[in-house]
Amino acid sequence: MTLLTEPQAPARQRPQVARRKKPLRSRAYKTFRVVALIAVVLFLIAPLFWMLLASFKTNVDIYDAGKSFLFTPTGENYANVLQRNNYFVFIFNSFWVAFVSTALSLVLGVPAAYAMSRFTMHRSALVVLMARVIPGVSLLVPWYYVFSNLKMVGGFEVLILSHMFVALPLIVYIMMSYFDGLPLELEESAQVDGLTPIGAFRRITLPLSVAGMATAGILSFIFSWNNFMFALVLSGSKTKTLPVAIFDFVSYASIDWGGLMAAATVVTIPIMIIALFTQKYIVSGMTAGATKG
Amino acid sequence: MSVLTPARTSGRTASAQENFSAWANRHRKWLFAAPAMIFVGVLIIFPLAWTLYLSLTDSQGSVRAASDFVGLENYLTVLTDTERFWPAVGRTLSFTLVALGCEIILGMGIALLLWRPFRGEKWVRVAILLPLVATPVAVGMMWRLIFDPNIGFANQLLGLVGIPPQPWLSGQDSALPTTIFMDVWQWTPMVVLILLAGLTSLSDEPDEAARMDGASAVQRFFYVTLPLMMPTVIVAILLRGIDALKTFDILYATKGKGGGSFHEVETLNVYAYGLSFDYNQYGLSSAVLILFFMIIIGSMWLLTMRKKAVSK
Repeated sequence: MTLLTEPQAPARQRPQVARRKKPLRSRAYKTFRVVALIAVVLFLIAPLFWMLLASFKTNVDIYDAGKSFLFTPTGENYANVLQRNNYFVFIFNSFWVAFVSTALSLVLGVPAAYAMSRFTMHRSALVVLMARVIPGVSLLVPWYYVFSNLKMVGGFEVLILSHMFVALPLIVYIMMSYFDGLPLELEESAQVDGLTPIGAFRRITLPLSVAGMATAGILSFIFSWNNFMFALVLSGSKTKTLPVAIFDFVSYASIDWGGLMAAATVVTIPIMIIALFTQKYIVSGMTAGATKG
Repeated sequence: MSVLTPARTSGRTASAQENFSAWANRHRKWLFAAPAMIFVGVLIIFPLAWTLYLSLTDSQGSVRAASDFVGLENYLTVLTDTERFWPAVGRTLSFTLVALGCEIILGMGIALLLWRPFRGEKWVRVAILLPLVATPVAVGMMWRLIFDPNIGFANQLLGLVGIPPQPWLSGQDSALPTTIFMDVWQWTPMVVLILLAGLTSLSDEPDEAARMDGASAVQRFFYVTLPLMMPTVIVAILLRGIDALKTFDILYATKGKGGGSFHEVETLNVYAYGLSFDYNQYGLSSAVLILFFMIIIGSMWLLTMRKKAVSK
């Protein structure tokens, strides 16, 4: 004890000096931090709030700078968008394409990610991840040619196939890093107890991976819901998804701003609600593999 | 379970089942990986080969129409095209570099603000998530209203501090910076999430040691935290950079075909899309795409090399 305290004696004074200084500096930092955080939140939220406000305004009010925040809200834009422009159909299309392409990609992607993780098939993984890197346009010309010859353009099948192309690499990427983090011992002991390797995967690994699959599935659903370019080329009048429907909104001579903002809100609200309830999964999916060496 | 099954089924099918199961278990590596790889392989390799082939022909109008093999002529046309191709390359690179630079710096700043726990953290995290998941086309439309020169909120705000109204998206010089701003708004949150994950995985010890030695917060950031964060920063640059190079949705949604009437925001992706689907110049567009693909692969390779150097 005495041996330890002696050399520490001069050091003990340092924290005291620091303590005297600290409250001042940290109070200044705390204020700065609060102000900066409020600025960040405003910067991120204000545009969305503005879109929401405009969707409840008549076009006359949108053109009136004096009525930026004080106006009589109207639901007419939403009524127009949902009834006259058939947005319920587009909502269903977007949902259906996103749902089926995500489900099929999970069926294909989860076992693949498992094999690639357990057998460290890095080169094979690279093939699947290439899909993320390639510019979509270079795939669209050949796809369009083949699928229009097969009379499939404008059907749900092509759209789902093309969206799987976005979803599958994402799912493989996220699930690979999830399986990498799952201990091998559980599977091994299950095999010692008499399960086959595939049996161990089905009964031990899969039930343990529900969180990972939820992460991958939610993210792939969002990416498919938001996808624009593939649907722009490959969807037909019956399979049009929401992003394409919004894009078509502005091809008229003058823009119906209120209607456009209502349409934009209709597209973004469902995905934001999903995001709010699944926040944890989205964050872990977005950062999957980011902190590995 | 497996002990009970032979008793119920006849001997032959049971052994066939067992044979299949044994075979499946032995080859599970490829049995699991093959379907996904074949799916992606067929949908990538075949179109890529076709794009390469088309880039050597004078295909236009309809892909079905007869076309002649023209060798490297398309590449020559594209590479000497100073009106559309090279400006598009310039825009692609400046869009990517400026957007990425802003996103990394802002992202690091915000990640540092969020690093230590505080009250109301939940709400800030929600705010960060919303732009990230918003549909890019809808986001483009939202900014079109905000940046409208006559009725937009952006000019109203500028008016409050006495700055004259700006043309924003409709200006020849201001359109590209405005779209960069939109990209920064939407994707800085992703960089924040990645960097924050990196920060929280750092051990406290190096920072603590530097504090004991009397290093200031700024010194600690530049000499301790930042070097430790470099691998994560490069991952963020890699992930975001690929997507930034390929940006299409907000550009097409805000400026339409050809990146506006003066091609103000025409990046390589928008140019190639226009050549393919607005003008049906398949030969030329394929040459542009192959060159574009080489730019993407090249920059990714450079970054991975850099990451390896940093990780050592």
